Amino acid sequence: MTILKSSVAKKVAMALSGLFLVMFILIHLAINLTLIYPGKEAFDAAVEFMATNPFIQLMQPVLFLGFIFHIAMGIYLEWTNQGKRSVKYVNSNPGAASSWASRNMIWTGLFVLLFLIVHLINYFVPFKTQEIHDHYALVTGLFKNPFYTLFYVLAFIGLGIHLSHGFQSAFQSLGTPREKCNKALVITGNIIALLVAFGFSAIAIYFYFN
Amino acid sequence: MKLNLKIWRQNGPNDKGRMVDYQIDGVESDMSFLEMLDLLNENLIAKGEEPIAFDHDCREGICGMCSLYINGEAHGPDRLTTTCQLHMRRFKDGETITIEPWRANAFPVIKDLIVDRSALDRIQQAGGYISVNTSGRTVDANNIPIPKKDADNAFDAATCIGCGACVATCKNASAMLFVSAKVAQFAQLPQGRVEAAKRVQDMVAVMDAEGFGSCTNTGACEVECPKGISLSNIAILNKEFLLAQVK
Ligand code: HEM
Ligand code: SF4
Ligand code: FES
Repeated sequence: MTILKSSVAKKVAMALSGLFLVMFILIHLAINLTLIYPGKEAFDAAVEFMATNPFIQLMQPVLFLGFIFHIAMGIYLEWTNQGKRSVKYVNSNPGAASSWASRNMIWTGLFVLLFLIVHLINYFVPFKTQEIHDHYALVTGLFKNPFYTLFYVLAFIGLGIHLSHGFQSAFQSLGTPREKCNKALVITGNIIALLVAFGFSAIAIYFYFN
Repeated sequence: MKLNLKIWRQNGPNDKGRMVDYQIDGVESDMSFLEMLDLLNENLIAKGEEPIAFDHDCREGICGMCSLYINGEAHGPDRLTTTCQLHMRRFKDGETITIEPWRANAFPVIKDLIVDRSALDRIQQAGGYISVNTSGRTVDANNIPIPKKDADNAFDAATCIGCGACVATCKNASAMLFVSAKVAQFAQLPQGRVEAAKRVQDMVAVMDAEGFGSCTNTGACEVECPKGISLSNIAILNKEFLLAQVK
């Protein structure tokens, strides 16, 4: 782990894992959107493709490791950074200088992690352990539960907030020239954040009512 | 005007320290924040009490000695302003003002509002310079053509006064804005390029060893920096660090 000794290198690794997860989440969103359009056949076909395609099979452990790394490094960074100021300010006004999203990456992150665990229990475990042919019914069925749907929507709003800072932050960590690119990166990051928050939520809410 | 002050008092590095309330009257709106503290100290001395220790030197916003976390912000509520350049007209009669030292484990309190910022000096010593042979045959700096934009950016980075407000403000007590200003100042000039790879690695290593946190890119440092040092410099540091790895 000597390559990750420096704090700057750790943030580069954090950025790379974060952007990798962004790529994954956008693909995941695209597949989920087929639930609504074109509909059941397309979704089941997409799931079948993901379950059998060798490249996807190869990427699955990489994705798993990516998540583990991002989560572990995120918690580690937050933990060590918290220890750098043992005596806190009596009066502190952080909102005057920075966004809520940027200061609370750990909380939006941990909320997403909680969702991820529930999500894996609900979908991934049955996918892997049982012979399921009607994926569509399994997925849409869960949205009939109002508590699940509410939790689902909140989790993706949380992820949206995480990405509203995270996307742009990742490029800064990678040393992208700020003057030239920052505006475009902030806009792209916010678009991705909105897509993720509203895209996933809209699907859940649609199936709750239909 | 009359003010209620809540000020951190701490007898020495090993004292626990506490907030102490003070009332002060006769503050003029055109006094600087430090002159207001001078007035308070005169009152304290007249009463036979120990005056409040705080850092200052030039009192014209150029040396970086003044500090103070005022009402929850480094150097107080004004942007691009050091505490010595902050004026009492910014506050209202009867207002309560909290005054605390910079808080970071890398900046231990020496007494009251004075903290030890020598960790920044040690980072600077690790690479914040260029090695020039002054044998008498050195090329005049003005003979080296430098694009105007690079010269301007390097100069902007060089305006960092080393006050430590960036560290004080950062939720991680990170010194990245300070270090990046030093790295970027040299990295953008031909004289600095020669040692660029070693400089960034050495300075980052000392920054980590001194107990500063890592950068979450919240941008609070840039907002609170009295010299407007840009986050662009942190992007430059990150890029230089990555380039140094493949070198
Ligand atoms: C599952 C639980 C997660 C946790 C605990 C977590 C935690 C964190 C933390 C603490 C940071 C800030 C690190 C720092 O700047 O010091 C961060 C950054 C980031 N996260 Fe997450 N995260 C999680 C999930 C995700 C997911 C699912 C994505 C993408 C879809 C993501 C994308 C990012 C990005 C792009 C960054 C910015 C990296 C940088 O600042 O360089 N995170 N995460
Ligand atoms: S970057 Fe700004 S806040 Fe930080 S030490 Fe330099 S002048 Fe002070
Ligand atoms: S006393 Fe020199 S900058 Fe404030």
